Amino acid sequence: MLNYALKRVLSMLPVAFIAVTACFFVMRLAPGGPFDRERALPAEIKANLLAAYNMDQPLPVQYLLYVWRLLHGDLGPSMVVKTYSVSELLGLGLPFTLTLGFSAFIIATTMGILAGVLAALYQNKWPDYVLVLVVMVGVVVPNFLTAHILQLVFGVYLDWFPAGGYFPGSIPHLVMPITVLSLAHLARVSRLMRGSMIEVLGTNYIRTAKAKGIGARLVLIRHAIKPALLPVVSYLGPGLSYLLTGSLVVEQVFGLPGIGKYFIQAALNRDYGLVLGTVILYMVIILVLNLIVDLLYAWLDPKVKYS
Amino acid sequence: MKIKQIFGAALGASTIALMMSSTAMAVTLNLHNGGDPRTLDPAKQSGNWEDRPISDCIEGLMTIDVKGEPILGQAKSYDVSEDGLTYTFHLRDDIVWSDGTPVTAQDFVTGLERLVNPKTAAEYAYLAGFIAGANDYNSGASTDPSTIGIKAVDDKTVQYTLLSPTPYFLGALTHPSLYPVPTADVQANGEDWASTTHILCNAAFKITEWVPGSYVRSVKNDKYYDAANVKIDEVFYHVLEDNAAALNRYRAGEFDLLSDFPTDQYQLLQDQYPGEAHVSPILAVYYYVLNQEKPPLDDVEIRKALSMAIERDVIGRDILGTGDLPAYSWVPPGTASYEGETYKNDWQDLPYEEKVKQAAAIMASKGYTPANPLSLQLRYNTNDNHRRIAVAIGAMWEAIGVKVDLFNAETGVHYDALDAGDYQVGRAGWIMDYNDASNMLDLLRTGTKQADGKIAWGNNYGRYSNPEYDSLLDQAAKELDLVKRAGLMHQAEKIAMDEYGAIPIYDYVSKWVVSPKISGFEDNAVDRHFVRYMSKAE
Amino acid sequence: MAGITAKDVVLTRYADTLQKLDAPKGRSLTQDALRRLMRNRAAVISIAIVVLIVLIAFIGPYFAPWEYSKVDWTAIRKPPDFSKAHYFGTDANGRDLLARCLQGTQMSLIVAAVATIVSVVIGTFYGAISGYFGGRIDAVMMRFVDIMYAMPYVLFVIILVVIFGRSPVLLFVGIGALEWLTMARIVRGQTLSLKEREFIEAARAGGAKSQTIIGRHIVPNLTGPVVIYATLTVPEIIITESFLSYLGLGVQEPQTSLGTLISAGAQVAESQTWLLAFPAVILVTLLLCLTYIGDGLRDALDPKDR
Repeated sequence: MLNYALKRVLSMLPVAFIAVTACFFVMRLAPGGPFDRERALPAEIKANLLAAYNMDQPLPVQYLLYVWRLLHGDLGPSMVVKTYSVSELLGLGLPFTLTLGFSAFIIATTMGILAGVLAALYQNKWPDYVLVLVVMVGVVVPNFLTAHILQLVFGVYLDWFPAGGYFPGSIPHLVMPITVLSLAHLARVSRLMRGSMIEVLGTNYIRTAKAKGIGARLVLIRHAIKPALLPVVSYLGPGLSYLLTGSLVVEQVFGLPGIGKYFIQAALNRDYGLVLGTVILYMVIILVLNLIVDLLYAWLDPKVKYS
Repeated sequence: MKIKQIFGAALGASTIALMMSSTAMAVTLNLHNGGDPRTLDPAKQSGNWEDRPISDCIEGLMTIDVKGEPILGQAKSYDVSEDGLTYTFHLRDDIVWSDGTPVTAQDFVTGLERLVNPKTAAEYAYLAGFIAGANDYNSGASTDPSTIGIKAVDDKTVQYTLLSPTPYFLGALTHPSLYPVPTADVQANGEDWASTTHILCNAAFKITEWVPGSYVRSVKNDKYYDAANVKIDEVFYHVLEDNAAALNRYRAGEFDLLSDFPTDQYQLLQDQYPGEAHVSPILAVYYYVLNQEKPPLDDVEIRKALSMAIERDVIGRDILGTGDLPAYSWVPPGTASYEGETYKNDWQDLPYEEKVKQAAAIMASKGYTPANPLSLQLRYNTNDNHRRIAVAIGAMWEAIGVKVDLFNAETGVHYDALDAGDYQVGRAGWIMDYNDASNMLDLLRTGTKQADGKIAWGNNYGRYSNPEYDSLLDQAAKELDLVKRAGLMHQAEKIAMDEYGAIPIYDYVSKWVVSPKISGFEDNAVDRHFVRYMSKAE
Repeated sequence: MAGITAKDVVLTRYADTLQKLDAPKGRSLTQDALRRLMRNRAAVISIAIVVLIVLIAFIGPYFAPWEYSKVDWTAIRKPPDFSKAHYFGTDANGRDLLARCLQGTQMSLIVAAVATIVSVVIGTFYGAISGYFGGRIDAVMMRFVDIMYAMPYVLFVIILVVIFGRSPVLLFVGIGALEWLTMARIVRGQTLSLKEREFIEAARAGGAKSQTIIGRHIVPNLTGPVVIYATLTVPEIIITESFLSYLGLGVQEPQTSLGTLISAGAQVAESQTWLLAFPAVILVTLLLCLTYIGDGLRDALDPKDR
């Protein structure tokens, strides 16, 4: 198993490296640069700025410089937020994005599984229909719209929760962002769970178990849920990466200090260093998560063998 | 039952203990600041997102009052030489940095040297251009900092030498780029001095925390000379680019001041929150630049037709809905030391139908009709208001035989294209750096030739060029008599506007939303509002 | 992209099923599935509504009283007004919202179609080549697909938008180029089982070139998977587009898309409700129907449900 994990990491590294390289050059193809602003800079000042960030060098040289620094664990300076380096910025934003992402992940996955089981047990009865409806809303309404509406209803009209912002440790500030972020994930998980649960419940061994007179609840817990979880688990990896990257919008609407927001601002402002840094960070996180999911999958499904 | 309050109570103990160090009755001001500041270093700042937190914490020789007028700040008095070229400032005796060390004349010298030092790569270095030697040092023509026209005569006296008499000099000193810096701190920590751990402040507040993407937090600086009159204990400058979301948070009571609001919501604000939305003219012009280097816009007649066909009244009143004032002159009305009639062209009072008729006739004489239209690309940077105005102007131009192709891009890309002359019509705006007509008029000066033979057009994106205009501005720069100077500048403005060197569309208004709890906020033409004058009723 | 249909999971299972069956059965699996789908009432109604929306979006503009870029100076930001034939009201520029909704729906559909087609084409060729040649080539190519699954797509999409500016076609070619992974898996599975069939062996023995075999015998057998894949992909692209519009990276004026309309409407949800309500209803209906069709397909594909 450890061997397998190691192999996976090693096989991902070259692709990740290619992705970073592609991003590096592709960003430079884009028109505009980090120092183009509302006001034209006098040529000397622009030259000073470019020199300060090594951007006066030919592109391949800049690339080598970047890779060299990267190998030393240095993500370089941010070209737009001048006081902080890219590592500092990501270090500030990461804990928040992870808190948001993981809270949403745990809540939505648990609730999604429960809802899915419930819907499967009451297939084509009212709990099932209610669930399908809620889930559909979660899936088809764009999350920026959900965010705006929740903010208006629960933040402004009802005044139940803060309408935005975040202070370290404040839970009320997280309620609405997590809700918005969770919805879509909850919807997908519950649908997958419902589908696979119905399937498992229809299989012979469950019928046999029931026939043997084992209590319905016990059958459900012992024999049905675990195999039914498989498709859900295989979705968790991609699901979590959707959640982490999906926080872009939530961070934007609620004014939250996470890396998703940095990424968007950085891409729009051509803050090359910050864009690359964020991409690298996301890839590392997703790599680790996928590994965890693989291992979890192996634990759940004895048929899967890793060599 | 309000969940927020229950949580709030539970949370109160920890958060308040964390956020408010001293008394339990601390007054906190929550100010919506717009985008993320890029820096807290006054030399490197480049816009009002940085100006707000910085100017509440660092004060120049001059500062502004609640009306935005320059008043004495760190200086207690100043003398001007007869020729208007030498200013000598005497510092107050009771000024200290937040660590207790006195503010000295050297701190101002260090500040300016840093600003124009090419290594600092400050975007606003050009602002010091009127100080002798500043530009040469910045461009590398001189490497000796003592050639810059600033001198610490003694600990409490600082002397500036200017290139020409500069009536706006005192106002310019209120600009963050000309603020002092704590010399010892800068020497010890280098570029890192402006980080929240090292920054020292000499104004009403001191910056204690900056969470990028979230807020900058400042607390009252008890060592400030006027601390007794500062009524706010703590300020949060909140970062939130989404104006609609910011308004929601204002309505939820989380913000006391909004520095901007979506124009669409003006009606709602007036209906539901009467008197809280502050809309007032500021010294800033919204304009379109026309690339005059290439046909067809090198033709002054076509430029005239385009300008005539823009129904400016509709834009402020209906498209934006905030009543921004139609602009036909280049220098906004109300600019200081600019006595004389505001520029008017000979057609601006005609009824709109007549303007369109005349404009269409001009276009027709050039061979362009609605059936055979002139195709123009109109570029603007991504923003709801710019988009609406571009759509509206595109529709207006359609009537005179111009087919507009709209193209929007992020701010950086947009200005990159304008800078490179890679456009036909482009949106631009200028918020005046200091209250003087020359700041506007310089935008239309002919570019300067670079060593490589190319012309650097700077902010003159339309590449308007008229030697007579340039020479009038040169004369004005040397003119000692303020009235004569204003006359020369008026002449220049008329030349550029008669040739449609650029098309002014409207004069900006500032758009604040101010909670009724806040007093000490006054609309002003420079749109700067220092927290030291504000107070908040609980 | 936004993964709303969890299509990767659904399609991977479908691909596995296909691979286990030999080709003619694979074909009949798809045909059976489509037949079963036609018995699912919700799915059939949804298909009808989607067809209706598509027809209205493309034919409607010829009958609408206003053009989508025409400014009515007398009606700026006005609620629905039948006397002026602004049935959905007007936007902040005095343009008719009905006309803009039609144009926006059209744009969203086109954009989704382009991205889907691009991803189908890339996925098909990638999968066919990988499956046909098998062995080490297959191993490496599929390994690459596995790894690509773990990339933060949203970030790449944003970078792509930034580069391609606001050209919707180029943009969605770009998105399509990122979306093809699942398609490649399906096609590979299909190809693996097909290539063992006698008629392929015969073709090969007859000296046919690899590309001829892939092109003539393998690709035509993929109609079913493509239909299923497209049904699940289109709603995802529409959601992605609306997300990009929210970030200000949408299509160029005067053109519009559902996402652009909704993100503008969301800002004025209280004071100018019509600007949000109409486009949102269209988007939600469209996506709901597509989701129901997707659900129906999934049920239809699951042999155990028979």
